[in-house]
Amino acid sequence: MSYLNPGLPIPVASPDGLDTPFWEAAANGVLMLQVCEDCGYHQWGPEWVCHQCHSENVSFKEIEPRGRIYSYERVWHPVHPALNEQGPYLIVLVEFPNYNNARMVGNLLGDPEQEVVIGSTVEAVFEHHPDDDPPYTLIQWQIAD
Amino acid sequence: MSRTIRGKVAVVGLGETQYYKRGQSPDAEFKLALKAIISACKDAGISPKKVDGFASFSNDRSDPSRLAAALGCDDLRFANMQWGGGGGGGSGAIANAAAAIATGMAECVIVFRALAQGQFGRFGQGPRSNTTSGGGAYTVPYGLMSPAQSFAMKVNRFMHDHDVKQEALRAISLASYHHAQNNPRAVMHGRPLDEEKYDESRWIVEPFHLFDCCLENDGAAAMLLVPAERAKDFPHKPTYILSALSGSHYRAGASAHNTPDYATSTFKTTVPRLYEMAELGPKDVQVAQVYENFTGGVLMSIVEHGFCEPDACNEFFTKENLIAPNGELPTNTSGGNLAECYMHGLGLNIEAVRQLRGESTNQVDNVDVSLVASGPMVTPVSSSIFGSEATL
Repeated sequence: MSYLNPGLPIPVASPDGLDTPFWEAAANGVLMLQVCEDCGYHQWGPEWVCHQCHSENVSFKEIEPRGRIYSYERVWHPVHPALNEQGPYLIVLVEFPNYNNARMVGNLLGDPEQEVVIGSTVEAVFEHHPDDDPPYTLIQWQIAD
Repeated sequence: MSRTIRGKVAVVGLGETQYYKRGQSPDAEFKLALKAIISACKDAGISPKKVDGFASFSNDRSDPSRLAAALGCDDLRFANMQWGGGGGGGSGAIANAAAAIATGMAECVIVFRALAQGQFGRFGQGPRSNTTSGGGAYTVPYGLMSPAQSFAMKVNRFMHDHDVKQEALRAISLASYHHAQNNPRAVMHGRPLDEEKYDESRWIVEPFHLFDCCLENDGAAAMLLVPAERAKDFPHKPTYILSALSGSHYRAGASAHNTPDYATSTFKTTVPRLYEMAELGPKDVQVAQVYENFTGGVLMSIVEHGFCEPDACNEFFTKENLIAPNGELPTNTSGGNLAECYMHGLGLNIEAVRQLRGESTNQVDNVDVSLVASGPMVTPVSSSIFGSEATL
């Protein structure tokens, strides 16, 4: 079950290998951020060095798959043919207060016309697409109880 | 401040092609660039052969060496591209050209932008590839792929933080369309907008209705810059660059919407330097051209350029406050990117100079200081302030 209609570009690991562990973890239902092994700072998106201490000793670490809505938007106008019959959909920007306020973009599951409250706690839902070529996993969000 | 471009460079030529709806230009993009440059030189009364530098932005495709060859320029001394997409470099390219002139690298520099979207494809569309990687992989598969979608997220957070109402965005659009009705060059000339038509227009992405979004156009624009001491050798009233610069705040380019200071037009760190170089402040600015990719960017830009407190937007942003000649801050007096033409904001810089010359179709009285904010919410952004001889 996918939130958006099929046919959008499939996310793949960067050809330079920068974010391969993130996508492999997502396929296994694990949410990861990049963390600096030297100073402990989390950053997203990933980079080759830590933006705090400039160490190259950066790796990926599992985080608790919960965050809060930092901002959101309801999209109406399709800009890709795959979404021509989609109707409105919700995109949320989720912030992780326990992880240096790193943020991720995803869709907010449920009624696309629901009222969205900035600050709401959300939890990750792994949307697997094992039969696509290549297979991939999206990280979606739902309002936490 | 000794290291400054203030007052050292003059704008002596303005050139524009006819502006067309996207895909409607009968001319190829490179020909549009040539026509705008030739027009700017004609306005200045000099031969294009005397142009010795070119500056542009947003990865303009019209290469300076080909331009110089096509125009028969005697001596190419400066070929410059301001990095960054969208209109963020509109004033930055002027800053670069001015820096080249102020430091003696060049004497006669064209700043230009040419666009033929029919020839080269549109901006507001998502990628058609089968896969996406890098920064795109964190947004595109979730349906976040157009400029409107990238920036609505920032504007929603700003509106949340400062309780900004939709009517504030609407006022910006109404002002642009109001001005376009007096501007025969404007693509939206003869197509007025009122509150009802705005309210009933479809959502693109909340909080942007259709009329909160810029046009997509074909055309070209050019400005000719020379050393200030030569300004009076040219036919028009002299106009000078008081300040022009670019930049962005801490980690503004962090991918996947991770810049720490998120709900901003990106001008917070550049504006203090802008006014310091110009040796004046927002109270001295009589008319403003503020890049409209989307109205929300205009709103945040005006706040960050010091014209309005962030918590006072609902009072400040009314159509009456934004229109020439008597508004509190006449803004986008040509119709701008919403209603004149989307030339990646170079048209806004041209209109700013036109206001100083007294030649705008929505002229503000006795303008001595004219400001442009280019490309909000991208990185880097840029701004410019132009002044009359009285400001030197």
